[in-house]
Amino acid sequence: MRNDAAIRVRGLEKSFDELHVLRGVDIDVDRGSIFALLGSNGAGKTTVVRILATLLKADAGTAEVHGFDVATQAGDVRESISLTGQFAAVDDVLTGRENLVLVARLRHLTGARAIAEQLLARFQLTDAADRKVSTYSGGMRRRLDISMSLIGDPPVVFLDEPTTGLDPEARLEVWQAVRDLAAGGTTVLLTTQYLDEAEQLADRIAILHGGRIIENGTLAELKRLLPPAKVEYVEKQPTLEDVFLRLVGRDATREDQP
Amino acid sequence: MTTHFVGDTALLTGRSLRHITRSLDTIITTTIMPIAFLLLFVFVLGGAITSGSDSYIDYLLPGILVITVASGVSYTAYRLFLDLQSGIFERFHSMPIARSSALWAHVLTSLAAIAMSVVVVVLAALVMGFRSGAGVLAWLGVAGILGLFTLALTWLAVIPGLTATSVDGASAFSYPLILLPFISSAFVPTETMPGPVRAFAENQPVTAIVDAIRALLAQQPVGTDIWVALGWCLGLLLVAYGFAMLVYRRRFA
Repeated sequence: MRNDAAIRVRGLEKSFDELHVLRGVDIDVDRGSIFALLGSNGAGKTTVVRILATLLKADAGTAEVHGFDVATQAGDVRESISLTGQFAAVDDVLTGRENLVLVARLRHLTGARAIAEQLLARFQLTDAADRKVSTYSGGMRRRLDISMSLIGDPPVVFLDEPTTGLDPEARLEVWQAVRDLAAGGTTVLLTTQYLDEAEQLADRIAILHGGRIIENGTLAELKRLLPPAKVEYVEKQPTLEDVFLRLVGRDATREDQP
Repeated sequence: MTTHFVGDTALLTGRSLRHITRSLDTIITTTIMPIAFLLLFVFVLGGAITSGSDSYIDYLLPGILVITVASGVSYTAYRLFLDLQSGIFERFHSMPIARSSALWAHVLTSLAAIAMSVVVVVLAALVMGFRSGAGVLAWLGVAGILGLFTLALTWLAVIPGLTATSVDGASAFSYPLILLPFISSAFVPTETMPGPVRAFAENQPVTAIVDAIRALLAQQPVGTDIWVALGWCLGLLLVAYGFAMLVYRRRFA
């Protein structure tokens, strides 16, 4: 049953009433890689993620995550994954620390408090640890959200539009967190509507459009696909961002570039 | 599947109970209306009402407790709706936990929150002059009827909690429940009502529940009222639970 791909999707279909959202999606994601699913709003990115995270049943097709079938081995899939949804799914009334401890206990781990402590430090939340999450900024919420997803070191992490609604600085923080994850051997499937996000992070990029994967390759492979009409339906990120980041004192270029 | 059910449910119940203990809004807003009704009916309207009871507040309290439960369950729907809306319900569902514990945690939290509210309202009634010589067994009977009634309405509240599309929609279902006691024996004896209204009042669940609780508190024989009350509560519970699980399964198959 186990194979080399961390995620393997074949002929996935899903309709909501009259709306045929997915019309046969095929995806392979290598272990330890970052895979970006790119598409405009309503393209079905979230639907794919929800099916892979066992929250939704597909109408047709198969999907395996970490070697387990999402339909017949949902419990094993849930042991192997974590999901960070589009909206930071954190508990506003609890403190950051309590959120982390809760998830660690729900994952039946021993030493929940120590795990929480480590993650708070790793995501620079130690100072805010005992404050109610409702007082957090958008970036802090998202960092807490992602740190909650890492509890128990799941081998596969789904990030559904992890930077939507974040300011540019918070976005860079999230990007760094994603890079660190992949460097540690975790497979990351992220969805985004931002071209530059996929460009910055992903080893492979798939473009979901009209219910199908219309292109799938490395950034270099995709760039060879001219004319650019191929990608015209993806929103452009304003270059004002670079200006903004310079003005507020952060360098927008990648840290691993010279 | 069931291996972690108890532990997971306890963890998640602890979580939502913290929502209630950290901001007492829920308890305050749940109890404020029943207490206002108590004040209004005891000190303003009560003098003109002939209840056939020595003390009007003793007559009134059972109906006010029913209203407390009804206004409490609107928060059950509200809390469930917010958890779905915020995505935290999905986070729990995508984790290796006993899935139904996310829903049961809300049900248990509802029971606990409403129990707290009922205690607050009974204390307020005591301050206003409510007295009962009922023994432990009678009080246990009252708690049992109210507990079963709360459980039934809680499962009823799960339905709008799972299906509502707005916060208002999630809690609006309880308005008719709050009004139902007015067309019952809760405030005035049904004998004074005109034919059709009286027929409705005497055959709806609130009258049976209120009469049973009233008899228990007044140390009078409960007669068949208690069985009719329990029958209504159990019937409502089964129907509401069935529908709620149907909605739940459809949404999270």
